[in-house]
Parts: sequence; C-alpha cells; structure tokens
Amino acid sequence: MKRIFSLIIFSLVFGFTLPAQGYKVGDKAMDFSLINVDGKMVSMADYPDAKGFIVIFTCNHCPYSIAYEDRKIALSKRFEPMGYPVIAINPNDSTLQPQDSYSQMIVRANKKQFPYPYLLDADQSVFKTYGATRTPHVFLLNKENNDLIVRYIGAIDNNYEDEDAVTEKYVENAIKALGNGKLPDPDFTKAVGCTIKYKKS
Amino acid sequence: MPILFVNILILLNTIFYQPVTENDSKPAIMDFETFQQYLKHENDTVYVINFWATWCAPCVKELPDFEKLNQKYADKNFKMLLVSLDFRKMYHTRLIPFIEENKLSAEVLLLHDPDANAWIDKVDPSWSGAIPATLIYKNSFRLFHEGGYTFDELNTIVEPLMN
Repeated sequence: MKRIFSLIIFSLVFGFTLPAQGYKVGDKAMDFSLINVDGKMVSMADYPDAKGFIVIFTCNHCPYSIAYEDRKIALSKRFEPMGYPVIAINPNDSTLQPQDSYSQMIVRANKKQFPYPYLLDADQSVFKTYGATRTPHVFLLNKENNDLIVRYIGAIDNNYEDEDAVTEKYVENAIKALGNGKLPDPDFTKAVGCTIKYKKS
Repeated sequence: MPILFVNILILLNTIFYQPVTENDSKPAIMDFETFQQYLKHENDTVYVINFWATWCAPCVKELPDFEKLNQKYADKNFKMLLVSLDFRKMYHTRLIPFIEENKLSAEVLLLHDPDANAWIDKVDPSWSGAIPATLIYKNSFRLFHEGGYTFDELNTIVEPLMN
C-alpha cells in the first residue's frame, strides 16, 4: 500500500512517462534512409540480395561501443558475404554529445576503416521507432516474404570487456540459427550500455 | 549443487572479494553474485543504489545531487552505494582518481561482471542496461528508475521513507 502510494506520488511529481516501446522480436521492421559517412544516403532497400541485416545502434564516444568496434568489423566481414550486412547507426544528438557529431563520425570511420555504412539518425526517429535504448544495441533483421522481421535484439556477445572471455556469441549464433531455418535462442539479451542522448520533449 | 561446494564458493568470495567497509577510500571490486546482497536488505534502512561510470556524462552530472542527498541523511538509517560499471582496467587509471578529485563521500564499489545479461534483470526487470539507473528501496518498498535524477526528485522519494 505504501509502495503504491509512493509510486502515485512519484508519478504525480515527475509526470513519469515511459518511452515508446519500440520493436519486439517478431515485429516487422521499417526501412530508413539515412546519411552515411561518405555523404550518400543508405537504405536497406539498397541491398536487394541481402537475407537480412545486422542493425547496430552505436556511436563514437561510448566505451562499450568502442570495446565492440573490432567485433563489429569482424561481424561485417564475416556475415556480409553470407547475406547479412552490418549497418551501424549513430542515434545521438551531437549538441548533447559533441564526440558523436557527423564530422567526428567521418573521422572515426576513416581511422578504423569501417567496412560497413555508419549512418547518422539525424532526426533521431529511427532509434525511437526501433526502441534502441543504449549503445551498442543490436537488432538482427531477417528477410521473410519481402518483409524485414526482427529476430534478435540485444548484445553482440556476453562479455563487453574481454573478447577472449566470451562464451556466448549471441549475434553469430542467431544468424546461424536463421541459416538453419530455426529461430534464435536466446532472441533477446540485455547489456550495460551508454544511454542514447536526446532532448526530452 | 552440493552444499559443500556452495560453502567453498562463499568462502572463496569472502577471501577474494573484500567486503564493503566504511572509511575505506578504495572501492571494493566484486562480481554480481557478491554484490546482490546489497539489493535485498530488510533492515529498515533506505538504500539508494546508483549505477554509473566515470565516462558516462549524465551519470557524472547527477553525482553532486546524490552527494548532497548522502550528506543530508548521513546520520540516519540511510545507505548510498555508487556502483561503478567502469571497466576493470580503469580501476586505477580512472575510477580512483575520479573519486579523489571529486571527493565523493558516498561509498563506491566496482561491479565487475561483464556477462551483464545474466544479472541486469536481477537488479530490476525493467532495466534495459543503460546508465544512469537508480534503485531506491527500504524493506519491501522498491523503486527503480532508468535515467537521471535531481536532488529534489531524489529527496521527494527518500524523505517519506525516512520515518
């Protein structure tokens, strides 16, 4: 009773609003058209032969994103030839996080020679539609009857800090499962990450 | 699992993970197994457990408000824990210097358990894993919030719990 009362007070005081729910596994994902670090617009429709996509919300500044940078490159090199390209999207508002500006994205992409597009979610609508809450945050999409279906949401693997200590490669296993005509298990994982920086309206 | 094995595990934990002690400026380093005792005390104390990291700008921004709260209730049935999710390798290079520079009075510990999917739900099922995030609890009262807090927001929640 006391708890409920306090929650009511809390809600009244802070006008507690829950963020949009975003996608769940099994939902149909929407395409987007976002600017890449090479100045061109990129959509998933540009990849007619893809079997799916590894969409990763990520950024420059976040230590978790940086810790996963080489693993994102490895995923791209390994799975793009198998039909699952990596598409990285920076969802952050650069007025709140200057290291994540478009120009800094270009600097980072050139330095690390990203083999995948690194797109800017300039109006921050894509991360909200997908329901990304942190960086890095992976949405594995699978093309089914010309729709892109979300088949896995979560972390790349189960150890952000030490690649050698990883015991579960979630994204890799999920793609393998899809290749075998199965659904990924697990299809949803959580990870510590940096909040996505946006202005609360 | 055999009880003996569990006992050995507990013993090893006791040896290798220094328990959190007062007046110790060096933060304890622990895995989730050891840390989770701090999530379920039922001793009439108000616990404010903030998950943060030195590189997390919104976390660092709200720390002075947490410090202010900690000082306000320092002599009450109140316990604040600042749970750092900095990388283990940043312990000496980032975390300890940060605590000293910012003269943090609240107790800090380093939660080092990179298999986060295994424990995030145990803190609170509504947590996506993004930081800052804060759990406030007292006995059976629990309030988890992903995102930042101001002093006034914190105090509005904590003050009624102090009686």
